[in-house]
Amino acid sequence: MIPLEHVLILSAALFCIGLFGVLSKRNAVVILMSIELMLNAVNINFIAFAVYFKPIDLASSPYTGIIFAIFIIIVSAAEVGLALAIVLRLYRNRASVNVDEINLMKW
Amino acid sequence: MSPVEAFFYVLGVISLVGALGVVLSRNIVHAALFLLLALLTIAGLYIVLFSEFLALVQVLIYGGAIIVVILFALMLTRTRETPVRLNNNQRPLALVAGIGAFAVLTAVILVNKWPNTVEEIEPVPFRPVAEALFTTWAVPFEVASVLLLVALIGAIVIARPGGEEE
Repeated sequence: MIPLEHVLILSAALFCIGLFGVLSKRNAVVILMSIELMLNAVNINFIAFAVYFKPIDLASSPYTGIIFAIFIIIVSAAEVGLALAIVLRLYRNRASVNVDEINLMKW
Repeated sequence: MSPVEAFFYVLGVISLVGALGVVLSRNIVHAALFLLLALLTIAGLYIVLFSEFLALVQVLIYGGAIIVVILFALMLTRTRETPVRLNNNQRPLALVAGIGAFAVLTAVILVNKWPNTVEEIEPVPFRPVAEALFTTWAVPFEVASVLLLVALIGAIVIARPGGEEE
């Protein structure tokens, strides 16, 4: 059996790579792709915990982690659709999708 | 090492390569294709962790829908600046933040004893998951469907050509 720690470390590595991408990229679409990586890392974590842990009491469902992962996928699909609509709008208005050039609302 | 374990490590390394490709590649389209690689290998990881349903959902939604939408967005927002500068000035700080976060997480994962784990992981059957989704989690499920509808309408309204500000 795969040790739980290895799954968690893989997930942590994916999350931190995504974090690095979010912090270091200029292009809004690449930042979005890094956010997808982070969400997937969280999903791996949820599934690992759902599969590896016994439920403490019988009332709690052992599949809550799986359900949470499904909800994360739903929310990230909604997020990608909306964010890309905003990116397209931004490109039409400013002819750029670089987040450091979009500082209209920056104090 | 059993075949399942070997499969896990191979998939894990490929997914890490894909993730690094997303953040290190100099070409945006290559970055999107690396993201596809990472997402599909993560679907494989779900199968190794015995969650076939999520693997199917992952391939359908991420591998199919989200990558296509991202590629379309890349095509529609082609930048005219040359040379393309993908990274901002805080890259060294971002590297420090990423490695620092990874070090802290790894330390916590290795120090913790993880009590109450199972001896052998078992396949997740479809039926109890579906029953939980449509009984215990029925209201959040409906709210999620409303969320998707709202996001869809919002995306159409925002991306529609025209509008007052033009």
